[in-house]
Amino acid sequence: MTADAEQAGAPEAISKGGAARVLRPALGLLLPVALALFWELAVRMGLSNGRLVPPPSVIWNTFSDLASTGELERHAAATLWRVACGFVLGVMAGTIFGAITGYSALTHRIVDPTLQALRSIPSIAWVPLFILWFGIFEASKIILIAVGVFFPVYLGVMGAVMSVDRKIVEVGRVFRLSGPAMVRRILLPAVMPAYVISLRAGLGLGWMFVVAAEFLGASTGLGFLLIDGQQLGKPAQIVAAIVAFAILGKATDWLIVLVASPFLRWEDRFARR
Amino acid sequence: MLVLDRVGKTYPNGVRALDGISLAVAPGEILVVIGGSGCGKSTMLRTISGLDPPTQGRVVLDGTVITAPHEQIGIIFQEPRLLPWLRVADNVGFGLADYPKAERRMRVAGALERVGLTEKARVWPRELSGGQAQRVAIARALVPRPQVLLLDEPFSALDAFTRADLQDHLLDLWADLRPTLVMVTHDVDEAIVLADRIMVMRAQPGRVYEEIACELPRPRDRQSAAFDFVKRRVLAALDRSLDRAVVMAEEVETRAAAGGGLWW
Repeated sequence: MTADAEQAGAPEAISKGGAARVLRPALGLLLPVALALFWELAVRMGLSNGRLVPPPSVIWNTFSDLASTGELERHAAATLWRVACGFVLGVMAGTIFGAITGYSALTHRIVDPTLQALRSIPSIAWVPLFILWFGIFEASKIILIAVGVFFPVYLGVMGAVMSVDRKIVEVGRVFRLSGPAMVRRILLPAVMPAYVISLRAGLGLGWMFVVAAEFLGASTGLGFLLIDGQQLGKPAQIVAAIVAFAILGKATDWLIVLVASPFLRWEDRFARR
Repeated sequence: MLVLDRVGKTYPNGVRALDGISLAVAPGEILVVIGGSGCGKSTMLRTISGLDPPTQGRVVLDGTVITAPHEQIGIIFQEPRLLPWLRVADNVGFGLADYPKAERRMRVAGALERVGLTEKARVWPRELSGGQAQRVAIARALVPRPQVLLLDEPFSALDAFTRADLQDHLLDLWADLRPTLVMVTHDVDEAIVLADRIMVMRAQPGRVYEEIACELPRPRDRQSAAFDFVKRRVLAALDRSLDRAVVMAEEVETRAAAGGGLWW
């Protein structure tokens, strides 16, 4: 891991870099594309009637139908908006609570047990309560998503703050950093990797909670499309909505990674990009 | 002048790590503290640094009582403790945040050149070898030009070659501004190469056991007879401090007492 060793390996790495850069993401597409092809062939050859599990061609048609009428855009935008709002709320609350309980042992002892108990409540259980409290419009949905996002972020921030290396903190003390300077120059950068992971976990849960929210009392959104597809007997629409969830979920996760990566270039990780 | 005045450290659980340590270190002097494990040498260093203030007695630097980290006291630990999210140059400049940018950059560049790592300025700490990282840590500690530099077994995590290299390098750096050095080590050779004075500590509770002056002219030849002579004295003192049976001590001590000097 010395710099000399890195330089020796560098010429080799550079020549492989170009090809590898294109191939590596393509590897991720290999599995879904292979499965899709396989299923398409199976239906075409009559091995399945493709009604309950529509083949990719039918799903594609449903997609383009929805897209051409602007429906897809409308529902996707509605769901995205809810996830975005809930995410922002959940992240703010999770970060603040996590930072305080991570830093102060007393607050931790008072607040954490309650939050851990609340964490085990499944998303669906909150839905009736929030509908009663906040109505059937946007507020209840966004708050439900915020609840989903809150817990992974809270846990992640709390754990990260509590496990900051004492030896690094001592470097801050040796250089006589004030409280705010200590937080800004040492604690914050130190927790950044774990924080980003908790953000991604929170986002994932946010996407799960939005479905629960849209199952009841929604007239727009991808979750609504799911229920609508079920009630009208349109499995293609259901699968199309699921595929849309997968794509949007992956895209938003990738967005976090993209935004965070300049702040994490310094990491000495087991996994190499 | 760095003075320890009957410094003692008792932990809340009742353990007495240090007891009645009194010593004075002259400006520019190199004091090396050596002793068996658990004798409190690192604890003593931490009381001087202000990270772990003493529970009895005081540490005084030029008339100021030290109770918290002080800008004139730098410290180098056994691990480099570089901040992994800052490049080497930013690590070295970490203690100069209050300085104007131009001066900071100049001092950092100068420090990096002094430790021979100019080409590593934009590198991440994870890419450095152990010796390189420790050199960066030394540069970081020296850049604010402290009066006193404390070193807690700084080279014990390195291989023998790198260690010898860095010992010479440290003396070289010390010659620039001649800070007061107080270093803890368990490597006797290292102690004799570096020290003006070697202090042997004894455990339970930690206290000063013996002081051995080391007045060999620098640069010191690790193979010379004079070096060997001092080494035997130190080893004998160490053995006695650990209540171990001593073999050659008497012969060595007689010679030392006879002239206080060297026998050739």
